[in-house]
Amino acid sequence: MTATEPAEKLLSPVLSASWDDHRPWTLETYRRHDGYQGLRTALEMDPDALIALVKDAGLRGRGGAGFPTGLKWQFIPQNDGKPHYLVVNADESEPGTCKDIPLLFANPHALIEGMVIASYAIRCNHAFIYLRGEVVPVLRRLHAAVAEAYRAGYLGSNILGSGFDLDITVHAGAGAYICGEETALLDSLEGRRGQPRLRPPFPAIAGLYACPTVVNNVESIASVPPILVRGKEWFTSLGTEKSPGFTLYSLSGHVTNPGQYEAPLGVTLRQLLDVSGGIRAGHRLKFWTPGGSSTPMFTDEHLDVPLDYEGVGAAGSMLGTKALQVFDETTCVVRAVTRWTEFYAHESCGKCTPCREGTYWLVQLLKRIEAGQGEPGDLEKLLDIADNINGKSFCALGDGAASPIVSSLQHFRAEYEQHLTERRCPFDPAASTVWADGQRAAAPSPATEREVHA
Amino acid sequence: MSPSETSTELGLPAMPAKPYPAEVHERLAADAAELIARYPQSRSALLPLLHLVQAEEGFVSTTGIRFCAEQLDLTTAEVTAVATFYTMYRRRPAGKHHVGVCTNTLCAVLGGDQIFAELQQHLGIGNNETTEDGEISIEHIECNAACDYAPVVMVNWEFFDNQTPDSTRQLVDDLRAGREVRPTRGARLCSFKESARILAGFPDEREGANDESGAGGAPSLAGLRLAKGEQLPGTPGARVVSPRGEGSDA
Repeated sequence: MTATEPAEKLLSPVLSASWDDHRPWTLETYRRHDGYQGLRTALEMDPDALIALVKDAGLRGRGGAGFPTGLKWQFIPQNDGKPHYLVVNADESEPGTCKDIPLLFANPHALIEGMVIASYAIRCNHAFIYLRGEVVPVLRRLHAAVAEAYRAGYLGSNILGSGFDLDITVHAGAGAYICGEETALLDSLEGRRGQPRLRPPFPAIAGLYACPTVVNNVESIASVPPILVRGKEWFTSLGTEKSPGFTLYSLSGHVTNPGQYEAPLGVTLRQLLDVSGGIRAGHRLKFWTPGGSSTPMFTDEHLDVPLDYEGVGAAGSMLGTKALQVFDETTCVVRAVTRWTEFYAHESCGKCTPCREGTYWLVQLLKRIEAGQGEPGDLEKLLDIADNINGKSFCALGDGAASPIVSSLQHFRAEYEQHLTERRCPFDPAASTVWADGQRAAAPSPATEREVHA
Repeated sequence: MSPSETSTELGLPAMPAKPYPAEVHERLAADAAELIARYPQSRSALLPLLHLVQAEEGFVSTTGIRFCAEQLDLTTAEVTAVATFYTMYRRRPAGKHHVGVCTNTLCAVLGGDQIFAELQQHLGIGNNETTEDGEISIEHIECNAACDYAPVVMVNWEFFDNQTPDSTRQLVDDLRAGREVRPTRGARLCSFKESARILAGFPDEREGANDESGAGGAPSLAGLRLAKGEQLPGTPGARVVSPRGEGSDA
């Protein structure tokens, strides 16, 4: 796999296609890019046929788990006399994950159109966007876009004359990673501490206010309108057989050009690095995550793993959120894992003992290893505690906490041992910074490509 | 003010909180009614109401908790249990501007740790503390979904991307001097309290605020540009397209 495919062939911007246009967050620009055309098509269909279309297209959840979106919709019981709810999970907080926030900032209407289509399919008249609180610029644009959609008749009563009614409430969270877990999110949206619920019953049966509820990721929902406009054959022509379609890969860390790269599912990190300028000059890849910190880490041996649900799974990790965090040889893996573990300990909701206590003790052990004060047997103890969290916790946060520890010990055990034997960290953190090599040292420039001031 | 008025510490039960002055109560109650009406069940408005009282005082006080409890027919214990679960609800007053430095792994490794260390030294305060003039409070924060712009600093939850220790020092100096500061992604800064009001669910009323700072920086557009046949720095045959988007081709 040395031949580099040109970027024009490798990449397939769909959701990001309008981002360089004039004010892509406005309804006017979105309409120029087929905006709300998919909705018109959908409203002429029977809701069940719409669900079947999304199912047949093979769209899978982009929030991490990869569950088929159409199937999730199909699970909603019909004619049950209860209100149905659609809740969009915009609580993007998994370390490394940065796709939904730029998507919503650049084009919030893509989500709103997808929500109207999804709500029509599952017969829901009140939908919610649960946005993490720490992103006011995105909240500002969501508020404006929802208001714009109401004024244009895409929301409210009798949408486009179809007789279908929908209200959308934009809801800001308040800083809790656990609320990205769908049942914790529902508890939070009900005004409670964000703690996961026992399943079953699943949200499709008893979700928000104990009513049938679909919880979908932002990117999953935003991917629906293009399927309506261009057809399921187009969608399945992209990607792989079991992972069809396009998706946003987020490249970050020690790379020449971090950013969003939208491509068909199944591209490899090698291909993405080849077209985007590679690892930062003068350095080499050490380890990376395929889908956020909760997915077991990879090394340079995994550069050719197809980044789809099956390919990454077969290689021992998970596609997750396609958050490709790349670290070069200057990075201490013990430091990286310690920091992630501190995150899990901080974000553990406290409901179940293995996660609450386990993540606390993992931090204690890792901190002393990193500081060169580890003791013989510490590595076995780390693995033992990780094993007592993984699969034994109430929700996936615990599993995620074990991932970086187990995978880093699998690939870099010698580096942990070096911390123990030399009784110090052998790395210089200054060498890992973006300004270490005199590159990118200039004061930051405004991130805007086209500064637009009203 | 006594400690019980400025914080909601856990521990021995405090004396019942004072209510808001009548004028404040009336104004906030009207806001609260508007928020509650957006939900099928009133309790769903609790997180927005906590943002609302934080917008009033810069933190969630026992008075704010009492207010939320009254509006939603909950006990103050129920509201306190929720308020203390979420890290954005402060138990001590924030500065006029609240600065968060991401020190989760990726930002930390790329320089966030050094930025936060030097910022604390520069301001002479520690994590979760406020400068004596009340202008700046600082906090190390978790991943803010902007890893392609690392290292990231947030002010009042607006994005300041690709920061360095020097740029962050300059940033807080500008804030303290009252100079206008613009985020790399987001609108011209308002205060922490004003941001909290947007979080409660009241749209930013400032003319043009929604259209400020474009659709995203160079990282957001990197893939799109390549797909259109443009080059990025360091790619074969690269021509000059700024990695940090000075808008040279705008």
